[in-house]
Amino acid sequence: MTEPLIFELGAPGRKGYTLPAPDVPAEPLEEMIPARYLRRTPANLPEVSEPDVIRHFTHLSQMNYSIDSGFYPLGSCTMKYNPKVNEVAASLPGFRDIHPLQPESTVQGALRLMYELQELLGAIAGMDAFTLQPAAGAHGELTGLFIIQAYLRSKGEHRDEVIAPNSSHGTNPASAAMARAKLVTVGTDARGRVDIEELRRLVSDRTAALMLTNPNTLGLFEEDVEEMARIVHEAGGLMYYDGANLNAIMGKARPGDMGFDVVHLNLHKTFTTPHGGGGPGAGPVGVKEFLRPFLPVPIVERADAGYILQEDLPQTIGKVRSFYGNFAMLVRAYTYIREMGRQGLTQVSEDAVLAANYLRARLQDLYEAPFPGPNMHEVVLSARRQKAQGARALDIAKRLMDYGFHAPTIYFPLTVEEALMIEPTETENKGTLDAFIEAMRAIAGEAAENPEIVRGAPHDAPVSRLDEARAARQPDLRWRPAEEASA
Amino acid sequence: MSYLPHTPAEREEMLRAIGVPSVEDLFANIPEHLRGTLPIPDALSEMETLQLVQALAAENLNLAGRPAFLGAGAYRHYIPAAVPAITGRSEFYTAYTPYQPELSQGTLQVIYEYQSMIAELTGLDVANASLYDAATGVTEACTIAINATGRSTIATVGGLNPQYARVLRTYLHQEGFNLLEIPEEWVLDPEQVAAALDESVAGLVVQSPNLFGSIEPMADLAAAAHDAGALFIAVSNPLSLAILAPPGDVGADVAVGCGQPFGIPLQYGGPYLGIIAARAGLARQLPGRICGATVDGEGRRGYVLTLQAREQHIRREKATSNICTNHQLMALAATVYLSLLGKQGLPELATLCAQKAHYAARRIAAIPGFALASDAPFVNEFTVRTPVPAAEVNRYLLRREIIGGFDLGRVDPALQNYLVLAFTELNTRQQIDDLVSTLESLQPEVAVEALQSAGGVA
Amino acid sequence: MADFPDDLRYTTSDEWVRLEGDEMVSGITAYAAEQLGDIVYVKLPEAGQQIEQSEPYGEIESVKAVSDLKAPLSGEVTVVNADLDQNPAVINDDPYGQGWIFRFRPSNPGQYDSLLTAEAYEAKTKEG
Repeated sequence: MTEPLIFELGAPGRKGYTLPAPDVPAEPLEEMIPARYLRRTPANLPEVSEPDVIRHFTHLSQMNYSIDSGFYPLGSCTMKYNPKVNEVAASLPGFRDIHPLQPESTVQGALRLMYELQELLGAIAGMDAFTLQPAAGAHGELTGLFIIQAYLRSKGEHRDEVIAPNSSHGTNPASAAMARAKLVTVGTDARGRVDIEELRRLVSDRTAALMLTNPNTLGLFEEDVEEMARIVHEAGGLMYYDGANLNAIMGKARPGDMGFDVVHLNLHKTFTTPHGGGGPGAGPVGVKEFLRPFLPVPIVERADAGYILQEDLPQTIGKVRSFYGNFAMLVRAYTYIREMGRQGLTQVSEDAVLAANYLRARLQDLYEAPFPGPNMHEVVLSARRQKAQGARALDIAKRLMDYGFHAPTIYFPLTVEEALMIEPTETENKGTLDAFIEAMRAIAGEAAENPEIVRGAPHDAPVSRLDEARAARQPDLRWRPAEEASA
Repeated sequence: MSYLPHTPAEREEMLRAIGVPSVEDLFANIPEHLRGTLPIPDALSEMETLQLVQALAAENLNLAGRPAFLGAGAYRHYIPAAVPAITGRSEFYTAYTPYQPELSQGTLQVIYEYQSMIAELTGLDVANASLYDAATGVTEACTIAINATGRSTIATVGGLNPQYARVLRTYLHQEGFNLLEIPEEWVLDPEQVAAALDESVAGLVVQSPNLFGSIEPMADLAAAAHDAGALFIAVSNPLSLAILAPPGDVGADVAVGCGQPFGIPLQYGGPYLGIIAARAGLARQLPGRICGATVDGEGRRGYVLTLQAREQHIRREKATSNICTNHQLMALAATVYLSLLGKQGLPELATLCAQKAHYAARRIAAIPGFALASDAPFVNEFTVRTPVPAAEVNRYLLRREIIGGFDLGRVDPALQNYLVLAFTELNTRQQIDDLVSTLESLQPEVAVEALQSAGGVA
Repeated sequence: MADFPDDLRYTTSDEWVRLEGDEMVSGITAYAAEQLGDIVYVKLPEAGQQIEQSEPYGEIESVKAVSDLKAPLSGEVTVVNADLDQNPAVINDDPYGQGWIFRFRPSNPGQYDSLLTAEAYEAKTKEG
């Protein structure tokens, strides 16, 4: 099943739009703008009708797997169900059709929603102040590091090292590099936790921050987190919390109580804003009181006359993106948090952790579990045994597609050989979890007896395995019109 | 809890399979004294939640159907019904990043088509799958310039949208980088810019049409940048590229823009669409995701994320950027929008917006006390000098239910008597005429109103 | 299985070196190519570039990995294998022949003797 490119559909002169007739003088372009500034030939955009467009993109949508069509156990990505009421809320005209530069007096509802979301996230994470500006988790990391650097500079300190575990998300080291910091990697111990003795040796007067995910990317809670915070703080550094895995601990523990000074939260993970096929997300950043002066501007404050966009923060790092963040995602997250409330969010974390441990309990006889449990919201298994039989983690991932499931995250964390990182989330019912378990067990059987069928997977997807080497060796990154393509 | 499916009996069954008596045992690794509360309000029903959110939405003045002339980086255009019909398909909006291409051909082909359209519009060779917004797009473009030249100064101009300029300042406020801000009065003089550039400059960032609405002499500015050995980074409202010479034709190395005009609602500033495109030699310097065409085992055409070794999940601290999100759903909206408007419709639309703006400009310039700030050519946005501070003008208009323009005094107090007005197909002639007559009535009345609000006149 | 010709010397970072008159030729070993998988891109050095033993001079990318290329000896690059731009796969197919990466003039030819022999290198690859 393949679909032609939109450029390959249609016919010259075919239209998919109507425009109102001009009600002002229809001045020719050349009379409004000097010819030297004008485009000589039109951009080669499609020429298609609205039915062509609808059918084309509907076909394409049918070639996608999505959380609304099935189980999506991507570890570290928290692919949980996205409530439909969120979409209704975000599309209310009072949110959809407001301009970011409108007078504050005309957007009090929007500002109040942002203010209350700042407060709610603060309460959930145990932090004193939040900025909603960062557009994604990685953007939040960079914002957090900028805040830490600004704070250290204000104290006259020059610290240029950021420590992150070798199991960290790739964004941690990449964000550190963008903040011009030197990355220092701390190892993992036999229990899958940060090697705390190594951390003790690594901190120094150059340490700006330790970036940590808790529970970590192996799905394990770092019980020594307070000791780590003590070590880092005594060395003069700050503690950064990567909130990718917050879904495990809501109502159970708060990063602010563990000793973290800065956190980012992923609204598209924990707080059910849809992933959109890769984005948009939102990565608000929370800080402890002493870092509030350094937050990006504006932040939303409550004043006598109502809610305001506060620009006057003398030590601010500045702005990190245009306007105030991905507002429509903030509306969705706010809606979800208000609906779930205290009881709901606590139950979310309990059920997410229950599901991960259930999968582990029923799979660990066939797939190696390299670290002792209990797990939190996700479990990392190793396909080392299956690899020896002739089916790698990649093959197992592809074979799961034939059983109707999306693959788990594979080959991450880098510290586990043939890693299969499974995050079931709280929104999958037991029937789905059992069906996934049966599929994983059947594939383990296939790997032992008939690894070819696993290696050749997927057999039922719209396309079979794609030649990624060819794509990278001879990059074909765009369609070109026929006359250019043959030239 | 309608999103939480487990019954108490199922939870018990799962706990038995795990071999622990209660779910609390699974949290045993969290030290007791860290076990905390969740001080947020109680749960609500879906109905109550929506009512609460609707009440907040109702407190905002939405612009649907109202006369509004605000632009400055966010533009109100008509969104064809087919756009939300496609972006509202949950096969698109509830999918993750297409890391498993066999199950993501829909998203991947959309990216490929999007990249193709952006390359066509910008006149450049290669576009990525999108970025957060134009502001971070500018910072990413500057990183490309810094890496490509081995230099560390970025030059920008006064006509760069302040939203972008302020973000760039944040990113470059680090050891080892410099920012050279070249002042600008309405439109640039290429010779003055050339004189300001030297061998330390990695990239020159110019926006056209600029903050004031003026079309910049991009070809001459590109030449000035290249003479200094710097890259030329062109920032634009991509709708204007339907009629203006595209960045690739005027010598830009990298093009950046905000794709919001392409079928994306204003939604109070985001999510929008960060566009970035570059000439072929810079493909491996581009940040974020890039989709490429290839074949499957049976020789059928298919699409994958490619050149991934640039990215953070492989290269970690050596990646071209930390970005791993693209604004895919917004890129989808733009792809559908550009398909609908197409080769003919996009230039027609851009021309229509220009006609509205030029009509308005003539009429406003004829009002005593008002004048165009410059005679530089413009498309759909221009700056007027106002007889009283622009903030006063906006307040006056708002009291008459007209949303005015962008007050340049918010950027620079010296420009407090200048107002940037934007026009799109949604602004009818009637609205423009009402704006004009309201402005005509302003001078005699504004003084009285100012006095009244100060309590001077009973 | 990877093979390791006896007439070459090897580095611990998986490069090989061949003596050719006054100059030397270098590439990556069959073992390294196999570990990386399908090679898609090589960031080559430039002719005239000075290289320092054990320091990175370029990069090599496969679909899902990237590695630094390290100089086996110090010296000056004289010629690079420009064919790799169009056909990086040749490194997988023929790592010691058409998959060579660059030729250089060593500034301290004595460093050659400190490199691993085929036997020693093979033993190292077996340690994993």
